[in-house]
Amino acid sequence: MTSVSETKVQLGGTRGGPDVATLRQDRWWIQPVVTVSILTAFIIYSTWAAFQGKNYYVGAQVHRDLISPFYSPCIASDCVAGAKSGFALNGWTLSPALLILIFPLGFRLTCYYYRRSYYRAFWWSPPACAVADAHSSYSGETRFPLIMQNIHRYFFYAGLVFNALLTYDAFRAFNQPGLGFGVTVGTIVLTVNAGLLWAYSLSCHACRHLCGGQVKSFKAHPIRYRFWKFLTPLNAKHMNFAWASLLFVAFTDVYVRLVASGAWTDFRLF
Amino acid sequence: MSDITMRVWRGDSTGGDFESYTIERNEGEVVLDVVHRIQATEAPDLACRWNCKAGKCGSCAVEVNGKPRLMCMTRMDTLPEGPVTLTPMKTFPIIRDLVTDVSFNYEQAAKVPALLPPPMPVDGYRMFQQDVERSQEFRKCIECFMCQDVCHVIRDHEENKQHYAGPRFFIRHAELEMHPLDTNDRREYVREEAGLGFCNITKCCTEVCPEHIKITDNAIIPLKERVVDAHYDPVAWLGRKIRRKTKTSATEAAVQPAP
Amino acid sequence: MTTIENHDYDVLIIGAGGAGLRAAIEAKQQGLRVGIITKSLLGKAHTVMAEGGMAAAMGNVHSEDNWQVHFRDTMRGGKYLNNFRMAELHAKEAPERVLELEQWGALFDRTKDGKILQRDFGGHRYARLAHVGDRTGLELIRTLQQKVVSMGIDVYMECKVLQLLKDSNGHIAGAAAYWRHTGEFVTFSSKTVILATGGAGKSWKFTSNSWEGTGDGHAMALWAGSELIDMEAIQFHPTGMVWPMSVRGLLVTEGVRGDGGVLRNSLGERFMFNYVAPMFRAETAETEEEADKWYDDHSAGRRPPELLPRDEVSRAINAEVKAGRGSPHGGVFLDIGSRRSAEFIRRRLPSMYHQFMELAGVDITREPMEIGPTCHYIMGGVKVDAETTATKTPGLFAAGEVAAGLHGANRLGGNSLSDLIVFGKRAGEGAASYIAAGGGSGKFKQSDVDAAIAEALAPFDRVEGENPYDIQRDLQDMMQANVGIIRTGTELEFALSELDKLTSRVQNIKVKGGRAYNPGWNLATDLPAMITVSRCVAMGALNRKESRGGHTRLDFPEAVAEMGSVNFTQSSSDGKWNGKYQIEGKPIPKITPELKTLLEEAK
Repeated sequence: MTSVSETKVQLGGTRGGPDVATLRQDRWWIQPVVTVSILTAFIIYSTWAAFQGKNYYVGAQVHRDLISPFYSPCIASDCVAGAKSGFALNGWTLSPALLILIFPLGFRLTCYYYRRSYYRAFWWSPPACAVADAHSSYSGETRFPLIMQNIHRYFFYAGLVFNALLTYDAFRAFNQPGLGFGVTVGTIVLTVNAGLLWAYSLSCHACRHLCGGQVKSFKAHPIRYRFWKFLTPLNAKHMNFAWASLLFVAFTDVYVRLVASGAWTDFRLF
Repeated sequence: MSDITMRVWRGDSTGGDFESYTIERNEGEVVLDVVHRIQATEAPDLACRWNCKAGKCGSCAVEVNGKPRLMCMTRMDTLPEGPVTLTPMKTFPIIRDLVTDVSFNYEQAAKVPALLPPPMPVDGYRMFQQDVERSQEFRKCIECFMCQDVCHVIRDHEENKQHYAGPRFFIRHAELEMHPLDTNDRREYVREEAGLGFCNITKCCTEVCPEHIKITDNAIIPLKERVVDAHYDPVAWLGRKIRRKTKTSATEAAVQPAP
Repeated sequence: MTTIENHDYDVLIIGAGGAGLRAAIEAKQQGLRVGIITKSLLGKAHTVMAEGGMAAAMGNVHSEDNWQVHFRDTMRGGKYLNNFRMAELHAKEAPERVLELEQWGALFDRTKDGKILQRDFGGHRYARLAHVGDRTGLELIRTLQQKVVSMGIDVYMECKVLQLLKDSNGHIAGAAAYWRHTGEFVTFSSKTVILATGGAGKSWKFTSNSWEGTGDGHAMALWAGSELIDMEAIQFHPTGMVWPMSVRGLLVTEGVRGDGGVLRNSLGERFMFNYVAPMFRAETAETEEEADKWYDDHSAGRRPPELLPRDEVSRAINAEVKAGRGSPHGGVFLDIGSRRSAEFIRRRLPSMYHQFMELAGVDITREPMEIGPTCHYIMGGVKVDAETTATKTPGLFAAGEVAAGLHGANRLGGNSLSDLIVFGKRAGEGAASYIAAGGGSGKFKQSDVDAAIAEALAPFDRVEGENPYDIQRDLQDMMQANVGIIRTGTELEFALSELDKLTSRVQNIKVKGGRAYNPGWNLATDLPAMITVSRCVAMGALNRKESRGGHTRLDFPEAVAEMGSVNFTQSSSDGKWNGKYQIEGKPIPKITPELKTLLEEAK
């Protein structure tokens, strides 16, 4: 291992300007406040939803096949009929959401965009640009636990599996038990949800790197270059996809929950 | 037209304070024009750096109302009503008034291992547009050092200056790492010596870049992913072992000295 | 007497632009001890402002291109006032110098087969300019800067040289300077000095030059006994912004006119049709209809008069303004917004569009731009030996804009960046061979240092005196009005008498504040050089009783054949900035028969 050579810099030189946290006069605090509000609301809702263990599936009794993304694949041994996946964990009778949510959650927790947002909004490191850090010492992502952010790509791989499963769920929803093929609001919700999750995954920085960014010469790897060229504009919209997919996945759960509880009727379009 | 008030921080390493200058407002001016008029009249000794006055040299970076800006590219009519605050860049030691000692950046520049190209063919190298484009983006950098100034890793934590290169040099490392001619493996160096892990990608560098270089998305994150390839990813490591790839691993390939 | 910080070198380079850095690399590679001094930070030099590219006959786009054609283009562009040998060396060596930049990390735009892409430019017969988008100068300076840093060459930043120092034999021995950040003085003892200080455009009101372009190198060389030639040859670009303030002097690329932009006066007239000189009538359109056809199909009509040579256009703009038909801020209107779609303008002129949008709040797709001639480049400068860049002062070398000869009376676009690297390298070699031949003692006279310091500190000691900014403004106004693009004998004589007054005013400057990073004081130390250069330009212009290239006399509007073989050469016998200078016409170097044949083939 190479030894770290320290840069010869004069530390502790007197700085200019007044000694205040920030001189910004604009409303820089709006962004952190909004981020905290939305993410906190999401966490509270998803925790509540994960512990429910019911109303996550709309089945044959109302001629539908809609499953909440929080509960797919439904691998608990007591999953309701129809929702149950081919594989079940023997003896696990708690909500399957508690198991499967780890992966999408991990994907988002280690996501480069969400890192930016929560380091700013929750950890205030820094709260906004040119606003002083709230902590006196700082080691970034060089130590445990934050060094674990480097496993982001594995959560990305896992996320792809879930995208495939949710796409399958959306696809299956179009075949309505007892009615045959049809389009309902619920099928559209599931399809849009799967689409946004794909957009979020494909626009991921790790994805862009693994698909093409890592090669030295694009000229020598024309196919990977085309992948990379395709993913680059998506990557620029990663933030938009991150928020859209997050909000929509919660909305999808709400929708399924409302229909499953009977509070709402899933309207059939044709 | 109405007058404008400029609150300019004046002082040196022994201390200082704001001084207000009230001056006539002229149409179409940038902050630097107003500073020049203050120099030419009330305060000929007001220190500030500037050169090209066209956003191409990156000399006139100061903090305008608390945010790093190029004075020559900040139009007065884009600033909110009320006094305009001018302070020196906070991250670097003060020399005088709006001028700071940016030698930290030159120390960092001296540490960067130089490009290590293969021998040049008689009629020059062959490189292709799609391969040079990535590094060309980073070579747009005009070295205003506003990204270094805004980066909280060194702005708020002086001690990190010893082991953290900062965004300007991450794009320099990325430029060399993606340079079609470079034969160095720089990944271990970037992790170990340049302190890439200290960056928590809060993206302020990208926000302030006057050249609109996507510092975080196109340089820092790709570098972080390359470091993962070289250092953190167990499968990539296993793959290299099994396939006995000739490319040396980052830990093995110590960065070579400059030619 | 207090001891002053001193640094000792074999080669001391003043200026950290393209020429200075290239010279440093060469000298260092020859095993010499090299120091670079710059007034600004490293990498901020005016070289970054160059956009178009660097000319080198590599033939990557047109294989017919070669050094002979490049040589011919350069000579013709310079109205044959050039030093033929410099033009020859430049044309021959530029390709190699450009290729070598790639070893150091430069990344030019590429052709399909992976070579360096080259673009067309005015006066160049073939597409010849190696470039990176519109920021080629930045690429050049960054490449050289990074090479210099990796070689461990010492760079003294924000250090302003006051005067060159000589030993008792009259050979160069170093320089006296001061640190901007402390105001303390420092000396450099050196066997050789290479001047690479760039241009002198800051003496004019409308200029594309930064505060650094004060002609320090021109002036210091003159004071040290070297000769200046062609000082009257100054390139005024016809389209520089005059309004708003924030973009005053900033260039508007010729591409605006090439893509359909037209010039109008305050009455809305497309006035260029009234200014077509007889020699261009055959190839220029007579009506707006004819001119407008040309843009789409070059064979359907003759060229629009807006695309006449730069000096013609500048002269016409000048005449309109003088006739009272100018724009509110003393220029004319350049209009493309009413003639082309917004989409077209944004696609073809993206940097212009953004430049005006961000800096001026002017939407060029809808509003016309206000433009006027702006001081751009000085072709004249220190007379140097073509092979070694040696000046008349032993041990003193000069390269880049500060040196003269290559460009003659007018410079072609793209030839300045290649000038820097070709003659920068030659300056390094020249200094090395001078040292190898035993030249240079590095033993300057302390009394010269003391005198320079005393003169620099004098403005602090005066109880009463003038603000240096007032003098600078008056100098710029005066030069703009009297030694601008169009000159007359009366105005030039008036300028010289005004310069006498300004000279005495400079001797009465009072500087406020302390010595540490005091811009007012720095300006006070710049003014002697600015006055010197202004005087040389006015003297040269007064003596050249003809119009040629970057020098236009209203009272002598035609070129005079005999003057085409003369360089007006200026020197100073007492070495004082406020002393008297001599001027005489000296014959230009005689061209070799082979090269002469090349030129005649082209005619």
